Amino acid sequence: MSNEEKQAPVQDQIKTFTAKDLASDQDVRWCPGCGDYSMLSQLQRALPEAGVRKENIAIVAGIGCSSRFPYYMSTYGFHGIHGRAVAIASGLKSAHRELSVWVATGDGDCLSIGGNHFIHALRRNIDINIMMFNNRIYALTKGQYSPTSDHGQKTKTSPQGVVDHPFNPVIIALGAEGTFVARSMDRDPKHLKEMMLRMHQHKGTSYIDVLQNCVIFNDGVYDLYTNKETRPDNTIYLEHGKPLVFGKERDKGLRLDGLRPQVVSLSDYSENDLLVHDEKSKELAFILAHMNDQPGFPMPLGVFLDIERTVYEDELQAQIDRAIGQKGGSDLESLLHGGQTWEIEENGGN
Amino acid sequence: MATTVETADGQRTKSVKFVELDDVTIRFAGDSGDGMQLTGTQFTSTTAQVGNDLSTFPDYPSEIRAPSGTLYGVSGFQIHFSSRSIHTPGDRFDTLVAMNPAALKVNLKLLHEGGNIIVNTDSFDAKNLKLAKYDENPLDDDSLKGYKVFPVPITSLTTRALEDLDLSTKEMQRSKNFFALGLLYWMYNRPMDPTLEWIKEKFGKNELVMKANEKALKAGYNFGNITETFTVRYNVRSAELPPGKYRNVTGNEATSLGMVAATMKAKLPGFLGSYPITPASEILQELSRLKKYNFRTFQAEDEIAGICTAIGASYGGSLAFTTTSGPGMALKTEAIGLALMVELPLVIVDVQRGGPSTGLPTKTEQSDLYQAILGRNGEAPVPVLAACSPANCFYAAFEAARIALKYMTPVILLTDGYIANGTEPWMLPHADDLPDISVPFADDPENFKPYLRDDHLSRPWAVPGMEGFEHRIGGLEKQHVTGNVSHDPANHQFMVEMRAKKVAGIADDIPVQTVFGPNEGDLAVVGWGGTYGAIRTAVERLQAEGKSVAHVHVKYLNPFPKNLGTILRRYKKLLIPELNLGQLAYILRATYRVESTTFSKVQGLPFTPMEIEDKANEILKNHVGARG
Repeated sequence: MSNEEKQAPVQDQIKTFTAKDLASDQDVRWCPGCGDYSMLSQLQRALPEAGVRKENIAIVAGIGCSSRFPYYMSTYGFHGIHGRAVAIASGLKSAHRELSVWVATGDGDCLSIGGNHFIHALRRNIDINIMMFNNRIYALTKGQYSPTSDHGQKTKTSPQGVVDHPFNPVIIALGAEGTFVARSMDRDPKHLKEMMLRMHQHKGTSYIDVLQNCVIFNDGVYDLYTNKETRPDNTIYLEHGKPLVFGKERDKGLRLDGLRPQVVSLSDYSENDLLVHDEKSKELAFILAHMNDQPGFPMPLGVFLDIERTVYEDELQAQIDRAIGQKGGSDLESLLHGGQTWEIEENGGN
Repeated sequence: MATTVETADGQRTKSVKFVELDDVTIRFAGDSGDGMQLTGTQFTSTTAQVGNDLSTFPDYPSEIRAPSGTLYGVSGFQIHFSSRSIHTPGDRFDTLVAMNPAALKVNLKLLHEGGNIIVNTDSFDAKNLKLAKYDENPLDDDSLKGYKVFPVPITSLTTRALEDLDLSTKEMQRSKNFFALGLLYWMYNRPMDPTLEWIKEKFGKNELVMKANEKALKAGYNFGNITETFTVRYNVRSAELPPGKYRNVTGNEATSLGMVAATMKAKLPGFLGSYPITPASEILQELSRLKKYNFRTFQAEDEIAGICTAIGASYGGSLAFTTTSGPGMALKTEAIGLALMVELPLVIVDVQRGGPSTGLPTKTEQSDLYQAILGRNGEAPVPVLAACSPANCFYAAFEAARIALKYMTPVILLTDGYIANGTEPWMLPHADDLPDISVPFADDPENFKPYLRDDHLSRPWAVPGMEGFEHRIGGLEKQHVTGNVSHDPANHQFMVEMRAKKVAGIADDIPVQTVFGPNEGDLAVVGWGGTYGAIRTAVERLQAEGKSVAHVHVKYLNPFPKNLGTILRRYKKLLIPELNLGQLAYILRATYRVESTTFSKVQGLPFTPMEIEDKANEILKNHVGARG
């Protein structure tokens, strides 16, 4: 196939494929019970519904348990180096806009060693999808604390408890001017898949913080949100245009007291008094993202923010198209022989 | 030849003598805010158009505007031009333009005895003299008596020439570099038109500034013409260069053009991922203007992202580059290892500067050779090339890309601050004369294996978007042929050796080493990179004296040309001048077991031909026995 053919837009029907078609021939080697399995199977289920060509899917990863992800997909895959998945994906997408680029990364890979690339991708709004597997621990290196580990948590490198204050990844994504910021859980596969499809639909960087359980080094860290018993009273699903209601009996809600969120009982207030979720509001996104920093508030899940902004690679392409359209040739000869030149004649001198 | 002109007072005529010269070196020096780089660049551009061969050397401090008047704030621009073919910006200069006492003090030691000094007397006040650490005004004592001193109140003459313009004194004074330029145009018989045109183009939007610069330039020229201070003009005839079309280029410009040319000859879109760093930033700047050649530039958040975005783009089917200098190279190290493990084409350009650490950002050095060849974890062979002159950067960048594509490998191209910022006339190649360097993408999905190797041990390139070629690559060790992750001990040994063999095999695909001068003899001066011009000039002089001296300039540093070892053994002595402590010498000794004399210079400055000539003579005298 010549280079020209490769770049020509293909107009034929998109070949359909199933979740099964997306599994590679490699044995999946995550620990039994690991939350990563759920991520893998939901992406495999989501992509066939996304209307994307299989050959246009590229999964890019860094280093860590989650970053083995590309090996388990039968799509194009790139297993990079620690922290750099987002940078590699940024280059890939900038140079090749037709691709559906997914980044599989962890809390250490994305927020610690790769933090710089993460914030700058969000700022640029490159149309890549970043799935952050947040198990709040360094698992592949066997149990050191991560930038999302709880203050005071005892790990191999914090036998007396973590001294660092943890990051709230959603706040970082919002602060770095992310245009699509969401959260989900490995234990809610249906929601996870729905979020993945939303990420695919969003034009610009999509980021999701996935609460993911590490069965070996941080087991049970999200029990409060995932156990059937405690989950309804401790999580709240954000749905655009709907009042924020939660609780086993759907008897609790959120309202605003000035700029402060408040948990109220629906026996005291009606749904009309409650806060209505608005994915287009940056201000509300921050309020909701900060909410569960304080005790007594539920963990928000769903889409915090989904707004439109110019996409980096589209603007870059537009500049190139404009430049090519400008007068003066874009052939090599005119480039080399442009500028201030002079001619030396056959007999020397000029 | 002498002509007579009417002098300023209109009363008498003065006699002006024309002196023909073959070779002239001028140094413009002043405060970093005095516009000396611009003056030098304009003088260069005009001189190029007059048809002289030339070579330039900008020498400036790393501070953007160092405190004025200080010794460390002096910014210099040296131009060597000639009616013959030349290779360096010159040993010593014939004329020094000193805009202040500090510029005089810093540069005087390299002025020829009896050379011209044009001083801006207005700046020789008590404050500036003190800043330059002069106890006495050197213009008043006899410390300059060995030189021809031309005291010119450049600042006040400029303001007087501009007094009818609606500008503040400070604004008028800004044009004083154009006055100096005009004066030098008169002295060296250069036309003003190219600079007048440039001023119009550059300052056309600000008419007042445009007028001020035009007037200052003409005032400087006329000052030479009519005052009695100046009675000699010099002429340097056009050089007998090979016929063709020329332009004057810096190394960084030539590198940029080589990169674009490579992408077009590879029929691929171009991509540069880079982070600004001195002295490499101009490449990113230049390429950002060349988007119409379907070249994307990505100013990354850091050096690592610079290379990682380039790796991503390469994976996506672009011909990708990253540009940097020593400290940035260090940061890119891990990613270079990734590129060689995933076997994707990539060119890494390191415009070397003084190190270690931040070192001397604006000064030149050649001390990244070890880093380029040896500086990675694991067994990580990478082809390394070095450009030897500003114009050669074009061909070196093109060649680096050719190797990267054909061998599916990262390639390191070393240039340095000296050739990156220096200029020389470049005889322009025709696009049609450059070879096609395109490589086919994988074309058989049925039998596609990502790590199946062809006859030069390269793996096939399949790009996301190509149906039926979906595969996974990464930094973990690959199984031969399939590319699956493999921890198999025997496979690792096999793959480590395979990667080494692939790179070593490039020796069969590069030109053999050439020699300038005798094929065997007393002494070979062996060099690499930007020392080319100084070594070549020194060797030419030694050969003219009948000495048995050759110049061996190594452009391919990994792998070496196949015949290099044989060549080196044909000389009684090897002299290796390097702007480091002997890195090439060390590698040659390890590779070929040859002994050599290292001539080291790590002062942030290039070699002068004279230094190399002296060193070579010393070796010839002490070790070979005086002959010829």
